[in-house]
Formats: sequence, C-alpha cells, structure tokens
Amino acid sequence: MLQSKSFVKKTKQGRVVKVVREHYLRDDIPCGAASCSSCDAAARRLNADAAAILVIDTNVVLHQIDLLENPAIEDVVVLSVVLDEVKNKNLSVYNRLKALCTNTARRFFVFTNEHHRDTYIKEMAGESPNDRNDRAIRVAARWYQSHLGASARVLLVTNDRDNKRKATEEGLNAETVESYVRSLAQPGLLDLVVVPTSGDVTMEDVEDLRPSKRKVIYIEHKPMSEITSGLRCGIYHQGKLRVNRYNPFEAYVGSESIGDEIIIRGRSNMNRAFDGDIVSVELLPQDQWHETKSFIADDDEDDNEGDVRLAPDSADDAPRNTNSTQSTVASVSSRPVGRVVGIIKRNWNSYCGSLEPMPMPAGSGGVAHALFVSKDRRIPKIRIQTRQLGNLLNKRIVVAVDSWDVMSRYPSGHYVRTIGDIGDKETETEVVLIENDINTRPFSTQVLACLPSLPWTLSPEDLANPNRQDLRQVRVFSVDPPGCRDIDDALHCTPLPNGNFEVGVHIADVTNFVHPGTPLDEEASQRATSVYLVGQRIDMLPKPLTEDVCSLRADTARLAFSVIWEMTPDAHIIATRYTKSVIQSCAAMSYVEAQARMDDSRMVDPLTVDLRNLNSLAKIMRHRRCERGALTLASAEVKFEIDSETHDPLDIGIYQIREANQMIEEFMLAANISVAEKILQHYPLCSLLRRHPSPTKEMLEPLLRTASSVGLNLDASSSKALAESLDNAKRDDPYFNKLIRILATRCMTQAVYFCSGDMSLSEYYHYGLASALYTHFTSPIRRYADVIVHRLLAAALDIAKLPPIFQDGPQLTGIADNLNYRHRNAQMASRASVELHTLIYFRTRPVDTEARIVKIKANGFIVFVPKFGIEGPIYLTSKGDKGGDWVVDEVNQKVTKPGANISYAVLQSVMIHMEVVEPQPHRPKLQLTLI
Amino acid sequence: MEHVNPLTGFRVDGRRPNEMRQLRGEVGVVSRADGSALFEMGNTRVIAAVYGPREIQNRSQQVNLKEALVRCEYRMAEFSTGDRRRKPKGDRRSTEISLVIRQTMEASILTHLMPHSQIDIFVQVLQADGGTRSACINAATLALADAGIPMKDIVTSCSAGYLCSTPLLDLNYIEDSAGGPDVTVGILAKMDKVTLLQMDAKLPMDTFETVMELATEGCKAIATYIREVLLENTKQLECQRG
Ligand SMILES: [Zn+2]
Repeated sequence: MLQSKSFVKKTKQGRVVKVVREHYLRDDIPCGAASCSSCDAAARRLNADAAAILVIDTNVVLHQIDLLENPAIEDVVVLSVVLDEVKNKNLSVYNRLKALCTNTARRFFVFTNEHHRDTYIKEMAGESPNDRNDRAIRVAARWYQSHLGASARVLLVTNDRDNKRKATEEGLNAETVESYVRSLAQPGLLDLVVVPTSGDVTMEDVEDLRPSKRKVIYIEHKPMSEITSGLRCGIYHQGKLRVNRYNPFEAYVGSESIGDEIIIRGRSNMNRAFDGDIVSVELLPQDQWHETKSFIADDDEDDNEGDVRLAPDSADDAPRNTNSTQSTVASVSSRPVGRVVGIIKRNWNSYCGSLEPMPMPAGSGGVAHALFVSKDRRIPKIRIQTRQLGNLLNKRIVVAVDSWDVMSRYPSGHYVRTIGDIGDKETETEVVLIENDINTRPFSTQVLACLPSLPWTLSPEDLANPNRQDLRQVRVFSVDPPGCRDIDDALHCTPLPNGNFEVGVHIADVTNFVHPGTPLDEEASQRATSVYLVGQRIDMLPKPLTEDVCSLRADTARLAFSVIWEMTPDAHIIATRYTKSVIQSCAAMSYVEAQARMDDSRMVDPLTVDLRNLNSLAKIMRHRRCERGALTLASAEVKFEIDSETHDPLDIGIYQIREANQMIEEFMLAANISVAEKILQHYPLCSLLRRHPSPTKEMLEPLLRTASSVGLNLDASSSKALAESLDNAKRDDPYFNKLIRILATRCMTQAVYFCSGDMSLSEYYHYGLASALYTHFTSPIRRYADVIVHRLLAAALDIAKLPPIFQDGPQLTGIADNLNYRHRNAQMASRASVELHTLIYFRTRPVDTEARIVKIKANGFIVFVPKFGIEGPIYLTSKGDKGGDWVVDEVNQKVTKPGANISYAVLQSVMIHMEVVEPQPHRPKLQLTLI
Repeated sequence: MEHVNPLTGFRVDGRRPNEMRQLRGEVGVVSRADGSALFEMGNTRVIAAVYGPREIQNRSQQVNLKEALVRCEYRMAEFSTGDRRRKPKGDRRSTEISLVIRQTMEASILTHLMPHSQIDIFVQVLQADGGTRSACINAATLALADAGIPMKDIVTSCSAGYLCSTPLLDLNYIEDSAGGPDVTVGILAKMDKVTLLQMDAKLPMDTFETVMELATEGCKAIATYIREVLLENTKQLECQRG
C-alpha cells in the first residue's frame, strides 16, 4: 500500500494566512497511451495509431467544448491543471468535460501532471498564475513527446498566440483549434469552432456591416477587483439575475444585502447579463424607480409580443406582477431599480431555436452571418457564422453562446447541431425536451443489468420474509386514469366487526428492486421523475419495472408497501400501521368505471360496496380538510385525444374531475401525511418532506385587486380565511367561482421538496393542504422522491438499513434541489407539449369561442379561454400605436374608449376568434382576435 | 468539494485514498529527558518526552502501589495551527487527549514491573495538520522505547475517514474539517489488539468496518516504520559504543 519511497515532498505557500499544504509528487502516474509499454496497461485510453495525441489548454475546453464533444476529436490528453482551471471557471463545462473523460466510447485521458515528478513546476518569481499554468501545459506536452518518443506525435492545441509561439520555440508541435480542425478536412466541423472575437480575426456585425458605424452599445463591465470592493462597501449588490419569462426586457436580481428584488429594466441596464448569471448591480437614483405603463408588447424591434400560451397553473408559470404602478395606490411601495455593472459568474449554455429569416447572401458557399432566435424568450438573439446557411434556415438548431462585446447589440455564438424542421412535431418535441434538460437517452446496459430477471414472479423467499405480510386474500383494487399501465397505488376497505373500517393504501414496492448505489438507482435519482408529454412518456425507470414488475396489475401477485389504518365510520384514524406486503389486486378500474359502479344503485357486489364505503370516508376527510383551511384550487388541465396512428391531436378539452378521482386523491394525501409523520419521528434531521410556503401579500396582490374591482372582498389573512372567502365567491355567473379559483391558483408558488434538517419545524407547513407535514410516498414508479421516502420508511420500521447518503446533509439537500429542478422542468415540458399540440390542432381548425378577460393592459387585454385552457393577448390598437385613444382604469381594471361607449372590464366574457397565422414563413403562431 | 478526484482517483495532495502521508521518526531529540522522540505525519509534527520510571512525587496520587503510575500531559504549541490563537491551558480538548494518550500507553506499558514509581509523558504538538492524536501516540511509543521502558508491544495509531463515498487513510487538516467521519484507531501491533477506537460521527456498520480496517492497516504500516527507526537507532548506538 502506502508511502511509496519515491515520494518527494513539496510545499505550496498560501497568501493571507500561511497555509501549508503538502503536495506529493509521484512516479507511478500512467500516461494513458496504448503505444507505451512502461506505464500501467490498465489506464490505456489513447489509441496507438492516433494521428496525433492532443494536449489542449484551458481556453480550448472552455470555449470549444461543443467541438470536443464531436466524435471527430479523439485521443485528447486532459491535464489536471486544465481540469482544475475549467472547474473554477465554468462548472457546466467542467461537467461536460468530466462526462467526456468517463465515457468509455471516447478516448479522453486525464493526466495528473500536477502530481507527476517530471511535470510539476513551481511558480517562478514574477510569473502570473496564468503564465505558470500555460508553462505547466507546455512542460506536460514536452514530457509526453519525450516519454512516447517517435511512436506518437504530440500536438499542443491552443488559441493563445503567445503560448503557441513559446511552444514552437521550445520545439513542440502546436496549432490553433481552427487550423487543427481544418487539417481534419471535415467542413461540417468548422461551424462548431468558436471564432475568437478579439485578435486578428475581425468580426463583422450582422446588424451593421460598416465598421465605421460600430459603436459602443453597452457600458464596459467593471473589473472584478472593483466589484469586490463595491460589494463590500455596499455600493453594489450581488445576486442571480432572473429574466421575466414574459418580458425579456425586464429582469430581477434577488439581493440579500437589500432583502428585496432589484428590478432591471431594458437591455442596456441588463448590460449583457443572461438569465441565471450571477451579477453585481448598482441601484439607480430613486427618482428613476417609477415604472412605465405595461404594454403587452414591451419593446419595438424584437417583435415578440405576448404569445398565446397555456394558462399558468401557479405563480411560477405566470407573468410577474409588473404593473403594480400606481403611485396613487399607497399600499404598493416602489421597488428598487438598478443596472448591471458586472458579471460575477456566467450561466451561458446552449439554446434551441432557429435563425431569423433572411435572404441568402450573394455568392453562397462562403461564410454567412445570421441571427439566431432562441425559443426561450429570456435569451437574446445570438449572432452566428455559418457555412451552411441554406441548410439551417428553416431548421431548429442548437447554438451555444461564446462572448458578448460592448460594441455588439447581440452576443455571438456558434452553431452546435441541427434538430430538424421547424414545426415538425418530432422536432418541436425534441426542442421541448432539450430546453427542459430532460434525459431521453435509452437506459444504459449497466442500468438494465440491475433489473430482476423477467418474467418476474413472486418467490418463496418473498413470502417467507417475516417483514412482508401476505395480503393476497384481501380485496385490493386500483382506480386510475384510463389506459394507465404504471399503476403504483391500490386500496382496500374492509368493514371490521366493531363497525370501523380497515383501510389500506398499497404502493408498488419499487425499492425492493431499486437498490441504493446501483447504476439503476443513480439513473433514477438523476432523472428524478417521469415526464408526461402529450402522447408520450419519458420514464424514470425502465419499462419492465414500471409497466410490469412494479405495476400493481389486476389478478397478479405484486409486492407492495402498505399503510393500513383503522378508521371509524366518521373517518377518524384510530390506528396506523406500515408494512411491506404481497397483494393481488382484484380489479384495475378506470375513474369512469369506478364512478359508474358507485352511481349505479343496482350494483351491490362487495367491490362496489367497498368503493362506496371508501367514497363516503373520503368525503368526510375532504370536508374536514377544507374546514382546516385547505384550499380547493383549480387549474385548467387540458386533455387531448390523440389519433392512435398519426399521433396528431383529434380533440381537445378540459380534463374532467370526478368524485372517484377525488376519492383516490384523498387517501393518497392521507397516506403521505401518515408516512411523513412516521419518518420525521424517526429521522428528524434527514427526512425528505414537501412544503408549500404561504403566499406573501405581494403575491396575492393581483388576485385581490382583480376581486375588488368586481366588488368581491377576499380575505387572504390565512389559508382558512382565503378558503372560506373563495367558497363564498359566488355570482349568478356559474363559471365565476371557478374563474376566481383559477386566478387564486396562479398566485401561489408550487410546493417544494426539502430536507427536514434544513428548515425549522414551522417552515414544514403545507399551505395548500393545510397540513403541518407532507411528503410523497404514493408514486415511487414515477417520482424519485417517493423512492427516497420508501427507504426512510423501511429504515424507520427496521426492515432495511438507512443508506449512507442520509448521513450526508449537503448531499441530501442536493438531491432535494435536483428533485425540485427536475419536477419543475417536467411540468414545463408537459405544458410546452400541450402548447405545441394546441398549435397543431388549431392549424386546421380555426374556431370562435368564449373567453374571459383576466388582465387589462394599456393597449388591450389578456384573455383566458376556459374551453382550451389557454390564454393570450387581444390587441385593441394596432401594433406600434401605444394606448391609442383607449383609457385604462387601473383601479376598476377596465379599459374604455371615451366617446365610443365601449368598455372592457376584467372577468368579463367576450367572444373571440382563434386562428393559426404565419406572420413569417415557417413561424406559425396562434392568434386571438375579438369578434 | 471533491476530496477525491473522480477522474483520476487522487486526493487533493496527490495521494491515493489508501496512502499515508510521509512519515518521519527520530529518537533522542530532547537530551535532558530519559527518552524522547519526534514524529511527523506529513505536516503534523509532534514531540514527546518521557521521564521515568522515577520515584513518585505526590504520593496521594498513587492508588495502586503495585503498579507504576503513568501520567500524560498533552499540549499544543500556540504556533502549531494557522490561526495563532492563545488557547487556555488545560482546556477540555487537551484534557481529553491527555487522557486518551495515557490510557492507550498504559495498555502497553508493563506497569507491574515498576511498582512505587511513576512515568511522565509530555507530548507537544509543534505543527498541526490533522491526525494529531495519532501522531502523539506514535511519538509517545517511540519516546517510551527510547527511555527503555518495558512494553508488551508497540502501540501505534492512525486515522481514516470517509469522504466522497471513499474510505481515506490518514486525513490531513482539510480532509478532516470536511465534516465527514473520522475514525482514530490505536493497536498493539504484534498482538493485533485494538486499544483505542474513536469516532465522532454516525456511520453505517459496513462502511465503518471498511474504514476501521483501513485505519488498522495504517497502524500496522506505522508499526513497521517505528520498528525500523528503533532498529536503526540501536545500530547507531552499537556503532558508537563500538
Ligand atoms: Zn507511458
């Protein structure tokens, strides 16, 4: 083992406090080349007959990662000095590089040059860390050349001219990225190369080709030293920039130093910051804090007026409440407004979108400059250079951002790859998946190797397990949406001799098959949730598990994790027990089927009686929950009928919620709460729970304003008060109550997962359910949170050991964060998929329908179309004509045309025409007009 | 924080997970003492001095006259850590470590051979970079041997931790302060008996076993090294005496 005699010890000196660290140098680090016979053969990654072994510098990784990911680039040595620098500069690129290095299909080798006896170098006096690292890279390249001798050609790839010159002087082979890629003679590759913006390559602006017209558009970013000192003395404020999804010219920076969000208005104040960047902000003088009227289409030249979209389900989807103008309304205080002075950390990524339509330049075949428009509206247009303009014009493509110069209105980037034709369903679906970072790759062989052998059957060991109760004699059944194949919950309800009921909730025992730490578990943990798109499902777990082994199918013995209560006829829980079990469902019903059974008074078979008993219990539980103050929220869930052959949408409508749905939901809620109590009792510091923060006054503001404008007084002082006033919000208009509930729903944020050790007990509260505790236990087939909770519960019952990860607080928090991120993305993807299918549906079916006004704007209003669950803008004036002769009454939420005696008020019903138009070729959009 | 590089498997300072830091031991560094030693584990540097066996100075302290009384005093030099904070003498940590060292050494010293006597062990940390406890015990062993005090076996100690899902041998200060578990083991090397086991975290049983096994391996390696040092020292003495 240890302490190989060849160690030589060196020390690195720190600065402020003298930190002394050991730095071991060794002679047993392999070079990774297959042609080398002196190093460890197990480490061989680089081909023996490679044309060249590439040693790349940090900037090549940072800027050309798309190129490196292309399989044309192989036999690359990644030095540890490069790895460390990349990690410090850009974590997302680092992760991509890490993936490249671990991918066994690629030939990337990590060489620990910093710990190799012959390649470690000390910083020389007067040498900057950058120069030192460049030298370390050259030294390592030289070592490779002498180590491998004539058997290989070592090539240093760098875009740094100085570094290249020095390398050549030292007798190394060195080339720039571009010249190396050229030497490969694959023209398509050149588009992937990021052209340096500075230096000898001059970059012409797309929007202005004449160099004389180039002028500074943005203010230069402050240097880091100035930012740091500014932050310290409180002139600047640091935070993450969030661009308004509905208005890309407005952004927010959540600042801890101010304790409020700073609003950034306009592109010049945003000063080249991207959504997600960590920026430093300077506040503007207070007299500039006032807001301008909010128009639907905010700015001119970018031509992205509010699109028609799916109605939001929560505050997280909804446009921000930006028109809280009114200096007249005293309650709304003015919020701080600022401008970005520097960017601390970039969040540059690659984006899906398409090129702005443009004529083919004369003399095609050469390099063309084009503007790329991202599908994500928060991202500005991106300039790219391409040699294949004709191929790209009507395609969805992926583009990565490289730089943003003060002289250029738009950032510049480079083409990464083509997804497919614009408007094509498969292409657009892929765009949705990429945009939401959803992994659609088939499961790897390592993952599939973790599956039990199929066909799976109940084994005698399962039955002999003392921790597993045999409940196959119990009349268990399931109720799900029609066609559901991944059934993860089933119920039973048996009357007891004492007049009480034994009610059981049985959940698929996924953790019996998914063991912690296995590749299967890792994959599921990363995916975190199944994603449901229209007519398509992207599974969290491989199909054999979801649709067969774990699915609680009818008439098949299955393993389950059960929560069993004794309940009085008035639905009070007297006793709760938890057990692993074996069940055999006697019926897998759809909601419609179950509802029909309950409604048909002639049916008195035991199953139907069970259903009715459950239903009456559920009604009492539901009533009690509402009394506690749980909110009955409403959202428009859109459902498509899909042609089974073409997969085109045939019909569109709102999802019907039946009593049977609510019945199942009620018992799932109860099971989740019971499990939350149990796991928290055993693991107060490492339980995974779910909380729903109470909405702030400010979040409820638009709802209250809308309500008061129609003379409705809502009490939002507590969830109970709000629930009651929502119940009382009734008018002659039968849809009124639902509409108010829908508006209330979109004021709320969504519930989130968290680790119990990270919050105090009072913060555990679930506002929407009015429950002190909540977690997710009932859908382990499609949610990873439930898998974690199953493990916690099993450990609490002493059935299984608690996996070590639960001891690791930060890692557990990281898992909860990933769950929240993936859930959010899965929801956004589902919504985007519905939006896409809505567009396809209306392409051939223009329609007149009823709509409700939900928000008044200066030049029109936003309507909600209940029948299709979408909302979008209706313009009263033509574009460019701001306001016109319409007068907005903010207090009463009304827009009127004086003289003409026409007025529109919020919540009013209007008839509209819906139609798909193509303002630009291949860019279809849904348009709403007033009839 | 990646304490173990996921791509290369090296720790931040260039060691592999199962490698110890550079060891260095030297005996006879304090000429006035009956026995003394300097012991280094990487940047952790500890000096130990032994006085005794000698007559008991304070009779009231002796409970059992048939065995030697072992006393231990542990101290950390004020300049031993990065922040030169003045620590009060006899703080809880020092008292605890003194006790740990005393009990560990007592398990090896043949106290019944030296009735009516006492042995004083002074241990001073000159430079702290993780694993001070282990270094103190190793230094004390060397010093006791140097003083010629009869012992059953060589006592050595080493720590191991568990970070990035990897058992790590001989944590340095950065690794030690990462918040993971830290298992310190002391063994009687030849007899393969555990005389010290300390851990200040929760760890699943099977993980604990592998971590402890690693620490034990470390102890054995240190024992081999200490034996070499002593042998070398004896040889030199031989030469000197001709
Ligand atoms: Zn080699």
